[in-house]
Parts: sequence; C-alpha cells; structure tokens
Amino acid sequence: MTAAPVSALPLCPPRPRLLIARRLVQALCLGLFLSGPWAGLWITKGTLASSLTLGVLPLTDPLIALQSLLAHHRLSATATLGAGIVTLFYALLRGRAFCSWVCPINPLTDAAAALRRKLGWQERVLLLPRSVRLWILAAILGLSAASGTLVWELINPITMLHRDLVFPGIWLLGWPALVPLLVFLVDLLGGARLWCGHLCPVGAFYGLLGRWSLLQIRTPHRDRCDQCRACYRVCPEPHVLSPALKGATRGHPPVIRAADCTLCGRCIDVCAPQVFTIAPRFAALPHPRKD
Amino acid sequence: MTKTDLDRRGFLEGALRATAGACLLGSGLGALLPRPAASALAAPLRPPGALAEADFLAACLRCGLCVRACPYQTLRLAAGEPNTIPGTPIFTARTIPCEMCEDLPCVTACPSGALDPALTDITKAKMGVAVLVDQENCLNWQGLRCDVCYRVCPQLDQAIRLDERHNARTGKHAFFLPTVHADACTGCGKCEHSCVLEHAAIKVLPLATARGAMGAHYRLGWDEKSKNGDAPLVDAPLTLPIRQPEGRKGFVP
Repeated sequence: MTAAPVSALPLCPPRPRLLIARRLVQALCLGLFLSGPWAGLWITKGTLASSLTLGVLPLTDPLIALQSLLAHHRLSATATLGAGIVTLFYALLRGRAFCSWVCPINPLTDAAAALRRKLGWQERVLLLPRSVRLWILAAILGLSAASGTLVWELINPITMLHRDLVFPGIWLLGWPALVPLLVFLVDLLGGARLWCGHLCPVGAFYGLLGRWSLLQIRTPHRDRCDQCRACYRVCPEPHVLSPALKGATRGHPPVIRAADCTLCGRCIDVCAPQVFTIAPRFAALPHPRKD
Repeated sequence: MTKTDLDRRGFLEGALRATAGACLLGSGLGALLPRPAASALAAPLRPPGALAEADFLAACLRCGLCVRACPYQTLRLAAGEPNTIPGTPIFTARTIPCEMCEDLPCVTACPSGALDPALTDITKAKMGVAVLVDQENCLNWQGLRCDVCYRVCPQLDQAIRLDERHNARTGKHAFFLPTVHADACTGCGKCEHSCVLEHAAIKVLPLATARGAMGAHYRLGWDEKSKNGDAPLVDAPLTLPIRQPEGRKGFVP
C-alpha cells in the first residue's frame, strides 16, 4: 500500500464528540438514580451496588455478588438475576466500558489526569505494574471468603461516592465521603490513572469479563499516523495502543484487542488524521491479515 | 545478559512488588474488618428480618433498596458512625422507631436475602429486644402511673406487661412494673421512642447484647411436669434407710 501524500490527509481539528457523549451517559446514569430523591420521579432505586429500575429491571454489581457468594451467602433470585444481566451486558459490549461510561469515579480521575497535564507533571511518582489490580482483586476475593464479609465494600470508592450522591446528607456524617477525594489525590500526586489503571480491582474484574466483547476500537488508517502521540497522552491505558498502531510489520491486525481498553474513545476524538474508528468485532477488517 | 534474563528478572520483580502491595492492602483491609463481639454493646438496630449479624454482613449488598422502601424514613444507611459498617441499613429507635408495616416493604425490597424473605409476619420479627435498663429512673418503678411504654407497644399486653407489686413506701398503693417478655417483643422501639424521660429508661438492645442463655442441659422441673401432662416426673418420693455408725444414737426423722 502506498502512503497518501501528506497534503491529501483528511486532517480534521480534534473535536471532543465522544468525550461529550461519555459525560452525557455518565450524567444520565447518575440522573436515573437522582430523579427520585431530588424530584420525586422514581426511575431507578438503590445504588450501583444493586438497583431496581421502573420496578421491574434488577441490576446487581457482579463483583459485589461474587464477594457475597464467596462469603458463604446464597443470594436471592433477584440479586442473582441482576448480576447475570450486568455480567452478560458488559461481556457482550465490552467489560471496561463500565469504567469510562458509567463509573462515577471516572470524572474524578479524568480531572486529576487533566490537571496533571495542565501543570506539566509528566513523570509518574509511583511506579506500579498494571498487574497489581489483579493481585488486589485476588486478595479481596480471598479475604471475602476467609472473613465472611464483603471486604472490598468496606472501602470501595465507587459505591461510596455513589451512595454519597444518591443518599444526600450521609456524606456529611462520616469518613466514607473522603475516600473518593483520596482517589483523586492518589491520581494527582502519584501519577495519572494510578487508580483506574493500576489499582482498582473493579476495573480488573470488568476487564476479565470483557475478553471476548463485541465492540472494539480499530485502527484501519494506521498508515496515516503521523506519530504525534496525542492518543498516548489522553489514553487511560496507553499500552493497548501500540500493537494496533505500530504492529503492521509484525502482522498485528489494526484492532485494539487488549481487554484493558475502556472504549472511552478519546483516541478517536484527539486524532487529527482520523486513524481510529469504533467497530463491532465481526465486521470485516479493512486490511487482509498478514500471518 | 540475554533478553530472556531481563524479562524474567522484570517479571519476578513485578510479581514481588505486586505481592507485597497485595499483602499491605490485605492487612489494611483486615484492620477495617468488623469485629461483632467487641462492638455488640453499641451495635445499631437492623431492619426486620435481618440475618444474624455475621451472616448479614456476608449478604447485605449495601444497595439501600430497603431504605428506599421504608415509608416512615425509619431506616437509613450507616455513613461511618462508630460501630457501623458503611452502607448497611440501620435505625435508631429513639429517633424514628419501626412502625411494623404488615406488608414488610423493606424485606420485599431486599434483592439479596439479607433481610430474610421467610419473615412474612412482622410480629415475628426480632430486630432486638426492649430492656428496662434503668429502674431507678422509670416512673412506674417510683410508684407513678406513667405506663407510656406499655400503652404504645404494638404487641399490647404481650411484649410488655405490667406486674403488680405492693408499694411498701406508702403502704397502701401498688407498683405497676413494666416487664418485657422477649418472646413477643419484636424490637420495634416504640417504647424507647415514647419514654417520657429525658433519656429513655427502656431501650431496645441487639439480641446478642440483651439476652442470656441457659445451658442446653438445663431443665425446669415445672415445665417438664406440664409437658408430662402434670403427671409427676418420678414415680414417688424414695424412702431410703438411714445409715449411721454403729452404737451411735442419731437423728430419727
């Protein structure tokens, strides 16, 4: 394939369309819970841990359900069904889509990363392998089984922040309100995406769920890449980019395969030569695979 | 040094660091783990049908659906007050007691079974048990006729009864002593809520705090006798020969 001359590249000024879409979905997810307590219009009751929408749709966080099972409790049918629905949804869509489209911690860690960029704090202070989150996941599951309680729920910043927002007033009372703030500070002082990318066992769990998911980010126009590294700067899991972007010579298909990709679409937003697209798994690849 | 060696070293270092981190996190979480025995005295009250505390902490998903279902705003989610697990439902009887809804909306709303769906009759609930903790300040114990706890009890004349006792101070009046019968008490807290004193003399305590337990081998003679159709448990009083040292004049019954 011959590279197109530079002048013919379909350069487009970066527009944060997916970022806006993501913020809207995050706000919508929170709004479903908040319309009841704030306006008396009850759509979804409960919290992200477990909820009931319009009186018929039960949804339960599968990791919390798993901790409960390991702590020797036989969950009722409602919670089991709810956990099943959520598991199936993220397994089909993409496990870590929860992280960037639903999780209420995400705007906090996004803000910490943006602040770091603005302050010019490039280097990470705390160097941790990304596998730490898997070890933490194993630790909390093991501890749940050993202690007979939902260990991660003692400090889970996601459900704590969500409770603080959905049950207004309780955050005034206790230390759990400080946990999400702590996550922000960890990311700001320790390194961008230190929490979501290295520590959070919920993200690790959803990552494991989404190994075979249907939606992918693809790089059909990787030959247009001008090495500006804009995508690397914004990607919450930048290690997933390289094989799809630069693996052409090694026969890597132009697809981000790593389950760590959260499908946030920031790469699509910031890429001026429009290298990236979002596509279903079984759509035909633009290039024949080199095996 | 070959590339493989480098990779292996990198992997080992990474694994070591990860293990150390996980251990550190584990011990940190361990410090946060609830210790029911130490905190039983001040443990808050749970909604009706709540499993025993240890089982409850394995079952409760901390979702707040029971809190949303409660029509009287009795239930709330613990926010990290002392002796509470954040996110689990509790109530404070002195502030808002349980109104004992017949249709048990909180139990029906629970998705996990932490509030036992086997509980269908609210009068069988055991949220705790009322205990008259301060006789020295209870007005009825002073010989006055307050009776408020007795009157507000939803299990009237079953959970709290008034025991009549002679008032020796005046010589001509009676004490009517509020007496809790735990088998009928649901722990709803209406008595604690209504106690007219500055600080309630009757309080609902968790069962584990309030209740003693006889040894499993104890038998009460009168109970056994009534179970036996009031027939004597042993055939007849035994008459045994009186044995004394030879030549000694002893006691003859």
